[in-house]
Amino acid sequence: MSLVREVMEYDVLVVGAGPSGLSAAIRLKQRARAAGQEVSVCVIEKGSEVGAHLLSGAVFEPRALDELIPDWRDHGAPLATPACEDRFIHLTRTGAYRLPVIPPQMRNHGNFIISLGNLARWLAVQAEELGVEIYPGFAAAEVLYDESGTVTGVATGDMGIGKDGQPTGNFTRGVELHARQTIFAEGCRGSLTKALMERFNLRDDVDPQTYGIGIKELWEIDPAKSQPGLIVHTIGWPLDQKTYGGSWLYHMDGNLVSVGFVVGLDYSNPHLSPFEEFQRYKTHPAIRPTFKGGRRIAYGARTLSEGGFQSIPRLTFPGGLIVGDAAGFLNVPKIKGNHTAMKSGMVAAEAVFDHLVGGADGPEVTAYPERLKDSWLWKELWEVRNIRPGFQKGLWAGLANAAYETAIKGRSPWTLHHRHADNETLVKASEAPKIAYPKPDGVVSFDRLSSVYLSNTNHEENQPAHLQLKDKETPIRVNLALYDAPETLYCPAGVYEIVRSEDGTDPHLQINAQNCVHCKTCDIKDPAQNITWTVPEGGGGPNYPGM
Amino acid sequence: MKILVPVKRVVDYNVKIRVKADGTGVETASVKFSMNPFDEIAVEEAVRLKEAGKATEVVVVSLGPSAAQETLRTALAMGADRAILVQTDAEVQPLAVAKVLKALVDKEQPRIVLLGKQAIDDDCNQTGQMLAALLGWPQGTFASKVAVGDDALTVTREIDGGLETIELTLPAVVTADLRLNEPRYASLPNIMKAKKKPFETLTPGSLGVDVTPRLTTLKVVEPPRRKAGVKVADVAALVDKLKNDARVI
Repeated sequence: MSLVREVMEYDVLVVGAGPSGLSAAIRLKQRARAAGQEVSVCVIEKGSEVGAHLLSGAVFEPRALDELIPDWRDHGAPLATPACEDRFIHLTRTGAYRLPVIPPQMRNHGNFIISLGNLARWLAVQAEELGVEIYPGFAAAEVLYDESGTVTGVATGDMGIGKDGQPTGNFTRGVELHARQTIFAEGCRGSLTKALMERFNLRDDVDPQTYGIGIKELWEIDPAKSQPGLIVHTIGWPLDQKTYGGSWLYHMDGNLVSVGFVVGLDYSNPHLSPFEEFQRYKTHPAIRPTFKGGRRIAYGARTLSEGGFQSIPRLTFPGGLIVGDAAGFLNVPKIKGNHTAMKSGMVAAEAVFDHLVGGADGPEVTAYPERLKDSWLWKELWEVRNIRPGFQKGLWAGLANAAYETAIKGRSPWTLHHRHADNETLVKASEAPKIAYPKPDGVVSFDRLSSVYLSNTNHEENQPAHLQLKDKETPIRVNLALYDAPETLYCPAGVYEIVRSEDGTDPHLQINAQNCVHCKTCDIKDPAQNITWTVPEGGGGPNYPGM
Repeated sequence: MKILVPVKRVVDYNVKIRVKADGTGVETASVKFSMNPFDEIAVEEAVRLKEAGKATEVVVVSLGPSAAQETLRTALAMGADRAILVQTDAEVQPLAVAKVLKALVDKEQPRIVLLGKQAIDDDCNQTGQMLAALLGWPQGTFASKVAVGDDALTVTREIDGGLETIELTLPAVVTADLRLNEPRYASLPNIMKAKKKPFETLTPGSLGVDVTPRLTTLKVVEPPRRKAGVKVADVAALVDKLKNDARVI
């Protein structure tokens, strides 16, 4: 058994085969081809296949795709359902009031309802045709540096390590992928990106990142109720006015409906469960009929960055850079980040290509943030920068502020700030109202385990838990004592459980890491930041069917 | 000694199978596919025999759509030497597969055909047996252990209530059961090397085989949903329920 890792060299390495990473890879190869240059590009992806870990609403604005592959229509891009009608509804416990005016950011004429997973699968085919090497099933577990501290690439995780940390009979050592530039496209709260931010102090002088958790289900509904192109968003019930969030419900071709719920992770009540909020949302009298006679076919969850403009970190460091939602380019009022993710990948690729072939000085591609600032992405995020923080004062103040900011296109002389990271916002359990969630009815609302079942999640059983506790006592001494174990509620996959001995004493935290759908909520929301999400063995995690 | 290992591209074992709303089959759109797990075991065993010096060449073959290339590449990354894809978009049924494999055996002259005992999509468990019959070769099915001698194979079979050890004269057909081995991970360098291994694409027609399905699927339905349990007050109520509701006693 060899402990020496094999080394493979590329010009550019991309970590993550999502919209930003694949767009970067494609743009690099396009530029290389146009210039008659050879640039080797490798993409690695922790999911078992491209798209396996992608989850998004998604209403897709094709602006970046139009720039990346202008003739995408001729190449079978999976943009099948054009957006037709937008509805924006305020829910009360029993009522539903359609807002007379749809906010401009939420008008979707010209956009498409898509599966992001399927878009990425298609992008991967385009990338491979250009000569990009894509390797799904390999998780980037470690950033590699040279003596000067420059990033030289990543190492993939070892395979075949047992629960006890010892190699099993199937042990396969990871490999080192070296590159002149490494593009980190890990998506929201990437585990290597997080380490890079700390090492290079990339978050100095910017607001904390704030997040939301999005939980999604795919339904096959009664054909009589299918209205492909219909887009419905709701705010209000079941959330209280202090909590940011709302639902989406998109009718797609093939009698499919994408339905989901986003809750801002700056919520303060530890008794809140985003999963249960989503489940009871579907029981609302205005929503339930859509699902009557239908069947739920897929389930999943993923966090998203909501901090926007104020929270964009420094994007480059020696040897590498960050693109997509790992950096946080989501446009919150539009509830869209796929087009900005793609755009950031493309701009990064342009800058990296010029850097590599132009013989620029130094190992840091400083042209990337400069060019980003000149792009439509920057302007788009600047204009809406004050909208999300406006909701810190509740739903109605937030809506009023959003209307004002939209009317003046963000030209207010101030910038509102995110004061707290999401792990700092919980109040003590004893000071927060308990929430009585209804029992699932098994028709439109379900429990966690039957939900996770539909995410096709699997991890090799015999491996160390990839959810690591910095301190073993904190879950009981702090989380349970002060906050009533919020990880058991915010985790949408039932990973965390407090188990007790038969007489109800001796509580301890059980981590069912096998259930993990890689949403990263625990890494974000844990009050003491005691939980660290690391990559499990490559290929583990959900196997989303076109989410 | 050459070993031929047929592999099938099937819906991945992690995917929860969903019957199409119109009952014509199972949903395969946007669904992950991978190598049939029993075939993966067969590939592993063949590669181990080669590594042990018992075999000289491992040839993997698949009958299926062009996407089955990926499945064959996986087998090459695990250590097979070359691959043959017999490309067809037709639904492949065991007899047609067995006929294609017979044609390939005539062409390639392997001493062992080592394949999974069944595919996890249709669960037929017929191809190996049909192939042995068409070839007139001995067969060792449900193998949990294979030992290769000079002119013979010793195969331990998993049978009801125990293990049966048989000796087969070569050439022979062997089908792999779950406990035969635990397949290795395909490492990244080996996946890269697999891209350069010999890969041949044929058609059933070029082998003189007609793969037109001979079975017609009338209807596919999901198994009935399990009903929620009930609590009974006492033994008498339980007996009553078993007698009158469940009608099992």
